[in-house]
Amino acid sequence: MNDSPAVEAEGLTHRYGSVGVLDGVDLTLHRGEVLALLGPNGAGKTTTVRILSTLLEPTGGRARVAGFDVVREARRVREVISVTGQSAAVDDKLTGRENLVTMARLAHLPRAEVRARVDELLDAFDLASAAGRRVGTYSGGMRRRLDLAAGLVARPRVLFLDEPSTGLDPRARQDLWDVVRDVVAQGTSLLLTTQYLEEADQLADRVAVLDGGRVVADGTPAALKARVGEAAVELDLATADDAARVGSALGLVPGPGVGEPGATTALRVPTDGTLAHVRDVLDRVDATGVVPRGWSVVSPTLDDVYLALTGHPTEHPTEQEDAA
Amino acid sequence: MTTLATAPRARTAAASSARPGAHLAADVWTMVRRCVLLVSRDVDSLVMGVALPVMLMVVFVYVFGGAIQAGLDGTTYLNYVTPGIVLLCAGFGAANTALAVQQDVAGGIVDRFRSMPVTAWTLLVGHVVASVVKNLVTTGVVVGVAYLMGFRPDATLAEWLGAVGIIVLWVVAITWAATFVGVVVRSVDAASAATFVMLFVPYVSSAFVPPQTMPALLRGFAEHQPVTPVIETIRGLLTGTELGTSPVLAVVWCVGIATVFAVLAGVVFGRRRHRAG
Ligand SMILES: Nc1ncnc2c1ncn2[C@@H]1O[C@H](COP(=O)(O)OP(=O)(O)OP(=O)(O)O)[C@@H](O)[C@H]1O
Ligand SMILES: [Mg+2]
Repeated sequence: MNDSPAVEAEGLTHRYGSVGVLDGVDLTLHRGEVLALLGPNGAGKTTTVRILSTLLEPTGGRARVAGFDVVREARRVREVISVTGQSAAVDDKLTGRENLVTMARLAHLPRAEVRARVDELLDAFDLASAAGRRVGTYSGGMRRRLDLAAGLVARPRVLFLDEPSTGLDPRARQDLWDVVRDVVAQGTSLLLTTQYLEEADQLADRVAVLDGGRVVADGTPAALKARVGEAAVELDLATADDAARVGSALGLVPGPGVGEPGATTALRVPTDGTLAHVRDVLDRVDATGVVPRGWSVVSPTLDDVYLALTGHPTEHPTEQEDAA
Repeated sequence: MTTLATAPRARTAAASSARPGAHLAADVWTMVRRCVLLVSRDVDSLVMGVALPVMLMVVFVYVFGGAIQAGLDGTTYLNYVTPGIVLLCAGFGAANTALAVQQDVAGGIVDRFRSMPVTAWTLLVGHVVASVVKNLVTTGVVVGVAYLMGFRPDATLAEWLGAVGIIVLWVVAITWAATFVGVVVRSVDAASAATFVMLFVPYVSSAFVPPQTMPALLRGFAEHQPVTPVIETIRGLLTGTELGTSPVLAVVWCVGIATVFAVLAGVVFGRRRHRAG
């Protein structure tokens, strides 16, 4: 049982009334791994997380968490998981500390450890000075941080975080990533959903893209990036004439698909990204006597992957200014 | 950032040896603590929970009292009406519990509890116990005010304990009913509307006027609804009126109401898993 993957879902389907949301989702989260679930709004990320965390029964398919069936052995599953959902689950009338202590006790943390663990998390999420205040007086970002702390209090074997960094300022997001890395380093397996591809790049060993109720891609960030293209040296030239000269020296034709759409003054030279190859390209540009306005080495981003796979650009949620 | 240094996964070790129920007592205690804290932070409701019954008592005693007194034999109207005010007070308390349960269920926190190895209904028990604690406090204040106004019970210690016991039983019964309302309704407005019934029912009982003065239909209801035996029991214990079969009826009603609604609330609450958040 302890060798089972952290999460194993096969053919999960779900419909709300007549609206089908999941249409056969297969997912595996290996032990000790971080899996980022990406997908546009309404793709079913939250639905998937709710099914895996026993909050919702799937219409079809099956899922096991740490070897336990999420429907038939829900109680066993709950003993090993922890989940922080998309909407806040804290008591406004209690203080930050009271909230965490309540969660620590319900998670059956040994009594002697409760205090130390709560202090640790208050520190880690920069809430120590507000710990004695009612949560009702917290800013949006502080509430979110407390909510995340509450989900981490139990040091679960399998952790689910649904859009954990939504509403956090960049500094708070860094803090969150630090805590998450720390928890993972201690053996927790993590499934998170996110709209920030940087977050997936930073944290995830593997990325699964959910679209149209199915997993449309699954792999390491690097492997997914490789699917949409390779790295390139991009050259920005002053005139179309320059571009033509450099292009012929490098055996390239300037034109659409290179740099800005329709631009005739940009060139894109595929590269394997090694120092030797990039230097070679630049030497050959130099030899033409043309001075580019600028140049850079670009590699495909997860954004490119996401766009290519789902046909939607990522929503870039606006940074919320209410985080403390 | 600080490093999280405590030994990992102490909980898993503790939990893996756990049978369901091993942590039941501790979970109930944690939930009770949470609910009592929530209640104690809701100062507005506490103040209203005392102020409204006191205001009603003033109105009944000084405004209607003179007229009603004429129909009573022996005792003062204040002595007659105080047990009824105590039950009204319990009704306000229960109405607040319905709102608190509804808010819990509607908010995200129940999802967090449900994703933990905690038996769902311990949350409901927490609310009911907190309600009893709160009502003991508010009832104490209301009885104190009645005493200042001239309420003079002639009860022995045993009779006092009996009266407190029956009040607690009644609070438990209507709080379970209120908890059921909180679990079932989908909005705060619906919870308020449903609990209005609870606040209204005591008026058609022997709480404020003897049922003999009511038209036949209302009288029939007043004499057979649960509030009347509860009132008569408290009244009998505190002011020495005729008890008759009231204590037995009161206990049966309270235990019956509490059991039925506790089971219904537990079943409905336990089922909410299919609901999406
Ligand atoms: N309780 C519900 N009843 C009916 N439809 C629902 C319910 N909950 C979710 N849905 C629908 O299911 C679909 C998937 O929702 P879900 O919340 O899983 O998406 P998501 O991927 O988490 O989106 P987001 O990025 O916006 O959080 C949506 O179209 C949503 O409208
Ligand atoms: Mg979602």
